[in-house]
Amino acid sequence: MSTPQNDGDRPQDKRYWLDEPRNVRKVFWLLCAICALLAIADFFYHKHAHFKVEEFPVFYGLYGFVCFVFIVFAGKLLRKIVMRDEDYYDR
Amino acid sequence: MIADLSPGLIVIFGALLIPLLPQNGQLRNIYMLALPVVAALQMLTHDQGSFGQVQIFDYTLTLFRLDKLSFVFGLVFHLAALLGVIFSLHIRDTLQQVAGLVYAGAAIGALFAGDMISLFVYWELTAIASVFLIWASRTERAYAAGMRYLIIQVGSGVILLAGVILYAQKHGTVAFGHLGLVDLPTTLIFVAFGIKCAFPLLHNWLQDAYPEATVTGTVILSAFTTKLAVYALARSFAGTEILIYIGAVMTAFPVFFAVIENDLRRVLAYSLNNQLGFMVVGIGVGSELALNGTAAHAFSHILYKALLFMSMGAVLHRTGTCKASSLGGLYKSMPWTAGFCIVGAASISAFPLFSGFISKSMILTAAAGEGYWGVWLVLVFASAGVLEHSGIKIPYFAFFAHDSGKRVAEAPGNMLLAMGITAFLCIFIGVFPGTLYAILPYPVDFEPYTVAHVITQLQLLLFAMLAFALLVKTGLYPEEMPSTVLNSDWVYRRLLPKMVGALYGAGGYVRSGVLRRLQRRLEHFIAMVFRTHGPAGILARTLAPGATTLWVAALLGFMLIFYYV
Repeated sequence: MSTPQNDGDRPQDKRYWLDEPRNVRKVFWLLCAICALLAIADFFYHKHAHFKVEEFPVFYGLYGFVCFVFIVFAGKLLRKIVMRDEDYYDR
Repeated sequence: MIADLSPGLIVIFGALLIPLLPQNGQLRNIYMLALPVVAALQMLTHDQGSFGQVQIFDYTLTLFRLDKLSFVFGLVFHLAALLGVIFSLHIRDTLQQVAGLVYAGAAIGALFAGDMISLFVYWELTAIASVFLIWASRTERAYAAGMRYLIIQVGSGVILLAGVILYAQKHGTVAFGHLGLVDLPTTLIFVAFGIKCAFPLLHNWLQDAYPEATVTGTVILSAFTTKLAVYALARSFAGTEILIYIGAVMTAFPVFFAVIENDLRRVLAYSLNNQLGFMVVGIGVGSELALNGTAAHAFSHILYKALLFMSMGAVLHRTGTCKASSLGGLYKSMPWTAGFCIVGAASISAFPLFSGFISKSMILTAAAGEGYWGVWLVLVFASAGVLEHSGIKIPYFAFFAHDSGKRVAEAPGNMLLAMGITAFLCIFIGVFPGTLYAILPYPVDFEPYTVAHVITQLQLLLFAMLAFALLVKTGLYPEEMPSTVLNSDWVYRRLLPKMVGALYGAGGYVRSGVLRRLQRRLEHFIAMVFRTHGPAGILARTLAPGATTLWVAALLGFMLIFYYV
């Protein structure tokens, strides 16, 4: 039933495209490439900015990146305060 | 009269007849599918205006008011009811079937109520009917969560009633129209709406109760209660400035809790709260563009949120858990569900060509256009937050991440059908926004697909995704852990019971102290009485008759002298 190129604990499973770390890396670099293109695109159209800050180059990209990192780190910090065991309320 | 029957009443009374049909027959399924369709036809074929008016004492009740605002909410409520029925066709539980449709009918009835007395009746009916969807899980946890939910929901109704009575006394009318936050009665009504809309600190019933409902119950719950409150706020408090700030807080704070929550249906409940915030901001801004944005966002939100809850419901149905820490890799065995979930995630994150993009951008543009730049910054921040918890976390931890080794069957056919239709609608609205814009309350002069809109939104989302990829690659992204995350419900689930317990303890201490002291007094008293009246006491000695006579004589003598004088 098992084929030689299947590794590990689940020999009956077929290998999916995403199971290859090589392909996951491809997805990552694709994402990087798209981000780079979007950043360059920022210089080729007219922004109908409501606020000064929007005119800053790649404002949305940078703001999105910073917000995301902030949320994750704030969440980690919040865990220290509000995280309890799973059965906290059942005890 | 029958021709002017409220669509809500059609669904409610129709639902009450469900138990008469055979439980296992196709007849019951067809009947349940037909109910929202018939009610929707009643709405679609009816003229606009106020109908079904009844005079009670001095007040006029309007059971069926159809205008542009109630139409757009009405349409999506009927759609949600129909999709909810399709999603739960595999269920053979009469309680859930009746409760689900009575609840949907009550919410539809409330939309079309033209006066606040019938609004109140429907308001309470949504609370009572919906709690059965939570209790239908039939677990101890669900029972307790349902109880807490019911108390808060009915409480909101009681506050609404108090507000309406005071309002009627003061203004002599119960018409459900624009009120504005001006005096005590309107403040009470505002708070009642605010509880159902899950305002910050009044919100926790949502995250507490929704994830405890049944697989199908949560899908139905997610559509109605909070959007009814959004509709009520839009009707009565449009342009109330404080709503802008309340809404902004609502978009931002659930984001942090959603990052660390492990139960994926609870993550979606936080995300629901965050989406409501955008609508509340729109109501607060109150311009035509903003109110259109709120109505459009409610419309697309009900669909993509139902879709996300459906996909997580399907996962729960097949694997028996919704905990991120024990899921992963499910795209291998539930590829369709994974695909539909990604459509929902893309819609809520507001990717171009998906429904969230064409509705949320209206609210953001309206807030920016009115110059609320701080609020605008918070809303853009919250948009990155939505991407984090609903756009990435939900599909990533359920279907990808590390393979949990779970190999299950794909979701049942009726669930896939419901998810498929909803996913289609999410994309359809995103690609053809004009179809939704055509039914909004005000004429629409807004183009979502400008170069600037598309590029800025893509930048925001893709750079945030890049941040996610980098955090995961470097191991900085927090791992999912089985846990409970405390929130404001801790106050009434832990703090208050503890305080009552402590008070009871302190009370016991005081009581025993007082008792001890009293007892000592009593012992002292008894000892004194014993000293005087005891066998050796002075008052217990027997006196000779002579001495007694002498004493009596002296007394009489004294009285004689006294009276004489």
